[in-house]
Amino acid sequence: MNGTLAHYTKKFLAITAAGLLAMSAQAADPIRIGSFLSVTGPASFLGDPELKTLEMYVEKINEEGGVLGRQLELIHYDDAGNASKARNFASRLIRSDRVDIIVGGSTTGATMAAVPMIEQAQIPFISLAGATVITTPVKKWVFKTPQSDRMAAERILDDMKSRGLTKIGLISGTGGFGSSGREQTLAVAKEMGTIEVVADETYGGSDTDMTAQLTNIRGTDGVQTILNFGFGQGPAIVTRNYAQLGIDLPFYQSHGVASDGFLELAGDSAEGLRLPASPLLVPDSLPDSDLQKPIVEAYKSEYEARWNAKVSTFGAYAYDGLMLAVQAIEKAGTTDKEAVRDALENIQGHVGVTGTYNMSADDHNGLTADSFRILEVQNGSWKLVN
Amino acid sequence: MFSEFLQYLFTGITIGATYALIALGFTLIYNANHVINFAQGEFLMIGGMATVSLTAMGVPMLLAIVLAVVLAGLMGIALQRLAIAPAKDANVVTLIIITIGASIFIRGLAQLVWGKKYHVMPNFSGDEPIEVFGAVLNSQSLWVLGVGAVLVAVLVYFFTRTMTGKAILATSMNKDAARLVGIRTQMVLMLAFMVSALLGSIAGIVVAPITFTSYDIGIILGLKGFVAAAIGGLGSGVGAVVGGLALGVVEAMAAGYLSSDYKDAVAFSMILLVLFFMPRGLFGAKVVERV
Repeated sequence: MNGTLAHYTKKFLAITAAGLLAMSAQAADPIRIGSFLSVTGPASFLGDPELKTLEMYVEKINEEGGVLGRQLELIHYDDAGNASKARNFASRLIRSDRVDIIVGGSTTGATMAAVPMIEQAQIPFISLAGATVITTPVKKWVFKTPQSDRMAAERILDDMKSRGLTKIGLISGTGGFGSSGREQTLAVAKEMGTIEVVADETYGGSDTDMTAQLTNIRGTDGVQTILNFGFGQGPAIVTRNYAQLGIDLPFYQSHGVASDGFLELAGDSAEGLRLPASPLLVPDSLPDSDLQKPIVEAYKSEYEARWNAKVSTFGAYAYDGLMLAVQAIEKAGTTDKEAVRDALENIQGHVGVTGTYNMSADDHNGLTADSFRILEVQNGSWKLVN
Repeated sequence: MFSEFLQYLFTGITIGATYALIALGFTLIYNANHVINFAQGEFLMIGGMATVSLTAMGVPMLLAIVLAVVLAGLMGIALQRLAIAPAKDANVVTLIIITIGASIFIRGLAQLVWGKKYHVMPNFSGDEPIEVFGAVLNSQSLWVLGVGAVLVAVLVYFFTRTMTGKAILATSMNKDAARLVGIRTQMVLMLAFMVSALLGSIAGIVVAPITFTSYDIGIILGLKGFVAAAIGGLGSGVGAVVGGLALGVVEAMAAGYLSSDYKDAVAFSMILLVLFFMPRGLFGAKVVERV
């Protein structure tokens, strides 16, 4: 009888001790970083490197002692490129996971589906998607890391202007990326005044031959250069058709195809074309004076060593998003949402892989067109020209 | 001016020849059992993807092509044995739905095995385009046209001169009667699927250098091939060829002279017009329903 009582006492003590331990652990609760990404599905080429990047750097930051002396905890869901799923997961992150900040949203669709809920819940959100609409007009709680397509258009048109090319033949995909890029190009050209879009052709996402459109552009009076705004395999086909037709006008592509995969598809036809891209494609040719150089090089080598896969510009968006979040929390000295948001908005001169971020109350992206580098394809690889 | 027209024509004929080859595959199976095989596009994909991955593994191009065609043929047999045959006497609509299911399955499998990337296949004979009256022609286009013509000739011979070809036709006309005269109709169906798969995979291989290839290339090309077959009149070999070429040329002309935005709209309006005035397509057989 006595023995059993002692046994119970022991058990009771053990439970109390465990409870106390749990309470003390709660004091140094981890900082919860929520994320919804398109890890599978059609946009997995975005979500997959993004998730890998987040996982790897959360681990690294934790090994180095965390943020504000607290560990980071990554809570992520896979929206499979589906906007309504993205909305549901954002809701789950806010309501049941009670995250402190959200870094995610691989596609513009997923991001915009989650935005109303995030604005309502008043939680800082750093999107990894590109479209201008995400941060224009400015939404109080929404930030983003990639450049807008408008900046790409500005950068391309600037480069054309500096080469004395003023009459553009435009060919664009009818998908979201291509049609938005087309609109931005037309708008930027109109604003610049000196540049004129003299031909405006499109092609469908699964078209297999764009010779007819290119023939039309070539036949347009006074055309000096050709710009293709598109995504996926379409631009590679345009590039090949362009070479087959023997067109010798200067040729531009958008940042949508700034990857080694594009070079593989387009092959020799890509020789001499130019496009705006992240410095991540040419870490070695950046001058030593470039502030981004060490960061770009470190990200590339760490990612490739850890995952044994080629680094991608999309993963870099996640890197920049996470680092901006960490910096904001450190600056705020707390995870209080209002304070973190204010700190995010005041980030100045934050050097990331994609560019140097200067946030402000009316710019929640913080990048300028200069963060794009103009690359040219020379002997089958990317070469920095500007 | 003329050179532009010629350029559009070349573009149209090349892509049209592709549509025609796919349409022929549809026609073949339709002739055997009145089923529209929506997995036809997948045969195309298997041909292209298998060739690309085999050459990447170091297999010489020609051997890779042969192996890919054989693989597709086996796939065709498997489709008929494992998916169509077990459904026995299900009606045609059920069988069509089965082929849609099979196509999703094959596509999923391809995605697992080969990933989602687009792949390049080199031109069979050099990248140098051929110039004709100021328009340029991709040398691969000639391959597409040549291979297409040979396949059509072989098919015509097969159906009009060989016993097996006639057996397929007989089965399509009346399954029970065919069985009565000693034709093993299940065997014939299997054969139809196999030949159709061979045809599809060859088409997939010759067009891959132009279109690239990926696990989902079969969806849209398969659909366009079906449109071509419907315009030409389902079941007619000549119809498939004419329908394919017409579709390709109309698309290219629309992109050139009207607006590239309306290219697909023009193509699909064409099928509406044709089917409105000639419900059986351009060369469709007149069918008398016996009551």
